[in-house]
This record gives sequence, structure tokens and C-alpha cells, in this order.
Amino acid sequence: MTRQMQWLYGWLLVLPAAALLALFTHYPAIATAWHSFHSTPKGARPAVFVGGDNYRLLVDDPIFWQSLTNNLWYALGTIPASIGLALLMATWVNGRLPGRGFLRLAFFTPTILPMIAVANIWLFFYTPEYGLLEQITKGLGFASHNWLGSKGSALGALMVVAVWKEAGFFMIFYLAALQSMSPNLAEAAAIEGASRWYFFRRVTFPLLMPTTLFVLVNAVINAFRMVDHVVVMTRGGPDNATELLLYYIYEIGFRFWDTAYAAVLTMVLLAILGTVALAQFWFIGRRVHYQ
Amino acid sequence: MSAVHRARGAVFGLETAAAWLLGLLWVLPLVYAFWAAFHPGEFSTRFVLTAPLTLDNFAKAWAAAPFARYFVNTVLLVTTVLAAQLVLVTLAAYAFARFEFPGRNLLFALVLVQLMIMPDVLIVENYRTMSALGLKDTILAIGLPYMASAFGIFLLRQTFKTIPRELDEAARVEGCSPLQVLWKVYVPLARPVYLAYALVSVSYHWNNFLWPLIITNSVESRPLTVGLQVFASTDQGIDWSIITAATLLTSGPLLVAFLLFQRQFVQSFMRAGIK
Repeated sequence: MTRQMQWLYGWLLVLPAAALLALFTHYPAIATAWHSFHSTPKGARPAVFVGGDNYRLLVDDPIFWQSLTNNLWYALGTIPASIGLALLMATWVNGRLPGRGFLRLAFFTPTILPMIAVANIWLFFYTPEYGLLEQITKGLGFASHNWLGSKGSALGALMVVAVWKEAGFFMIFYLAALQSMSPNLAEAAAIEGASRWYFFRRVTFPLLMPTTLFVLVNAVINAFRMVDHVVVMTRGGPDNATELLLYYIYEIGFRFWDTAYAAVLTMVLLAILGTVALAQFWFIGRRVHYQ
Repeated sequence: MSAVHRARGAVFGLETAAAWLLGLLWVLPLVYAFWAAFHPGEFSTRFVLTAPLTLDNFAKAWAAAPFARYFVNTVLLVTTVLAAQLVLVTLAAYAFARFEFPGRNLLFALVLVQLMIMPDVLIVENYRTMSALGLKDTILAIGLPYMASAFGIFLLRQTFKTIPRELDEAARVEGCSPLQVLWKVYVPLARPVYLAYALVSVSYHWNNFLWPLIITNSVESRPLTVGLQVFASTDQGIDWSIITAATLLTSGPLLVAFLLFQRQFVQSFMRAGIK
């Protein structure tokens, strides 16, 4: 095949996918930036260039700041918990515990359920007075508490749902990594008399680093991408206590139809995701140098 | 020696207990949902072993909302998305894996952008585009932004790169065109990866919610997830047993498929994760 034919084939094969990606990923990202500097068109009034006005609005918007802090707390709360649990689950399922088939099933099942269904089940679970959680706490003699209705506990209640849904998903990646690890390592360590904890800390965990990085990046993206449970369980309330960034974008964009302000909010979300991407490349690049 | 053994045995027993406790805790919400869905409403929060079993809640849920239509919509959605993805992703991955052309690395980097910035977060602009294209409130509009999947292109490119070039060249010598080589050599050898990708894609789009919620507006185009939400939020008077039954109904097919093909599911998710 001539060089020109190679070129032609390459371009033509990539073209369909590239066109769709350009239309629904690259164009909207650039259009978001463009629209963030314009006003929202209203009726016969078209959008006009307003410079940084929308951004000034953003800085002065307390609900934006709350949604951002909420989202950071949400990420801080869900990511370490789900990764830690995933690692623990994978170690158990990979070991020789009795009934590990059941355990694997129990841990993984939440992953394949729709978040929307999961949220409905948990909504019932958290219901004041007669939900299961209330029945347990009442049985133990605690006072009744409206988990989703009070500012102090609503975000935490959502975080529990997210961890429950995600941990089993991350477990799979750890399990795959553990199964590809040579059993010779553990045997050698056992002969040397190393304790299991020492072996985990000095051998297993470092070898799992690439998996941890992969899982971590996915967990961060999910913390900013998944708001289905907010729609079902709290709608951002009470008093904006569970307002997450993407849910706020949804409200501004599709309840108040303020597309310009929604574009500014989306810019913040894109900046966060872009930072995660750069951090990942930097981290991988550095690790390659060490090898 | 035996003291060490006993200590080890105790640790093992403790670990087993902890693992089982976590496992039971993990299935508890689901068991609870099943209990509420298969018992009459008055037993939804009363756990009596003699409570009568019933399918009444499912029948009521099925009658109260057009779930049959939602099922059809979801099945149409996941099949069109998957079919389009398989074609687009295969062609692009083949080009990136085996052809030399100017701009290849730049294009590949541009593809990878979608791994970070998924259509899920570009809802405002994509809504605008769909309106301009006149596609609002269609099943096609739900699937279109996801059809060129960066994840799929990446996964298949990695797989195609591991296939020995000798096989490729042997087929060329026998007079196969590049597309025939793709079809006869690359696609069959990547079958397990295709299966893995298909399972991940189907479960993703079966469960997707926010974008379909925004872009659909009628019974004719709504998938199950959005239908469930409309059902559960508008009929506030409906009791929990019926909502729970509807919830299980929505996730039913995927759950049953998962229980039947558990091993394939888990292995597929594993395979998709190792890149």
C-alpha cells in the first residue's frame, strides 16, 4: 500500500467517530466558553457580549459557592471510603474465605443497578418514622431523625448511597490486579516470615498503585458527574445542603432557563475535570521516569 | 507452634465474620426492597415471616404507568447506541492501531478528551444542538452524544495492537483489502473485548438518567429510568410497595441477566478495566 493510500484509509476510518466527537464533545466545550461571555437570549432579544459580567455574578452567588463546597466535601467523603472499602472487598473475595461467591455477588450487585432505582430504594430506607433505618434506631432507643430532611445529615446520607453503589465497581479492578499478581511473591514472603500486614504494605499495595490511580481518577470524575440521586432524594435541599455542581447547572439551565449562567457554571466544572486530567498525565509521566 | 496456629485461626475467623457482616450490610437495602415489593402494603415495614407473598404491587405499577412503552424505548436506545458504537469504534481503533497518517497522534489525543469531559456534563450545549437539529424528544437524541465512545476506541486500539502483524500481512498477500482484513482477522480475534465492551455499554445506557431526563418530554421517547422517576415523583399518593415494585421492574432484566451470567459480567468489567 502506498503512503498516500495509508493516509487516505487512516483519515476515512477515523472520520465518522471524529465528526461525532467534534459535534458533541469539542464543539460544546468551546461553545460553553463562548456563551459564558454573552447574555441569555430572551424572546426577541438576542444574546449580546457582556464580557466578564456572568463571571462576576458567579463570584457573588452564595449558592454557587455552597454547591462547590458541598461537591468538594462529597468528593472527600466518598472517594477515600469507596476506594478503601473496594480494596478490602477485593482482598477478601480474592482470599480463601468461606462463601466468597456470595460475597462477590453482594458487593458487586449495586453496581449494575440504575442509580435512579438505587436512590428510590434508599429513599424508602431513610423515610422518617417508618423507614428501616428509623426502625433500627428506634429499636436501639435513639430519637427519631429525618436523615434527608435535616441540613446536617442530608449530604452524608447521599454519600452513603454513593459509596454503597461504587465500592463494588472499584473492587472489580482491584480484584483483576490481585489475580494477575504472581503467587510466588506471597510464598517467598511467607518463607521469610513476613506478616500479612507487612506484605500488604510493602509489596501488594505498591504493586496496586497503577490500579489505585485508575480507580482514583474514575472516582473523582464520578463525584462530579453523578447527580441522579440528588434528583430523586433531595432536589438540592434542604436549604441547598445537597446542592452539587452539576445539579445546580441542571437547575439553572433547565428550570430557570438561564443558559448563559449555566455556561459559566459548566466552565467551572470543565476546569475541575481538566485539572484532574492534567494531574493524571503529570503523575503518569513522573512514574515512567522512575522506572 | 500450635499457639501460632490458634492465633492465625482466630484472625481468620474474625476476618470471615467481618467480611460476612459487610456482605450482609451490602445486600440489606436490596433484600428490603424485595420484601416490600413482594408483600402487601401493610407489611412493607413490618417484618413478619408469615406475611403473604403477592405480585399485586407489580401488577398495580404496570397498570399505573406505560412501563411497556418505556421498556421498548430503553431496548431501542441501548441497541442503537451499541450498534453505532461497535461500528464507529472498530473503524477508528483500526486506523489508530495500524495506519500511519498525518495528525494521528493529535487526533488520538482529541479522542481521549472525551474520557474526562463526558457528554454527561455538557448538557446545556448539547440540548441547544439537539434543538437546532430538530431532534429534541427522540430516542436518537438520547444516544447520539455517546455513539463515538473514546473509551471504546481506546480499549479496541489496545487490543488491535496486540494482534501480530504477520496475520495482517498474510491476509493481504491473499488479496484481502484493508476492510476485509479488519473483518476477517481483527474483529474475530477481539471477540472477548467486544463482549466486555458491550456489557459495559448496555448497563451504562440502561441506567443513564440525567441526559435522557432533559432531552425527552413524552411517553414515546422516555427510557425506563426517566419513566420511573416521573412515576415515583408525580403520584405522591402511591404507596411505597408499588414504587419499590416499579423500581425492581426497571432494573429487573439487567439484574436477572447479571445473576445468570455473573462470571461473564465480572470478567468483562475486569477486562474493560485493564488497559
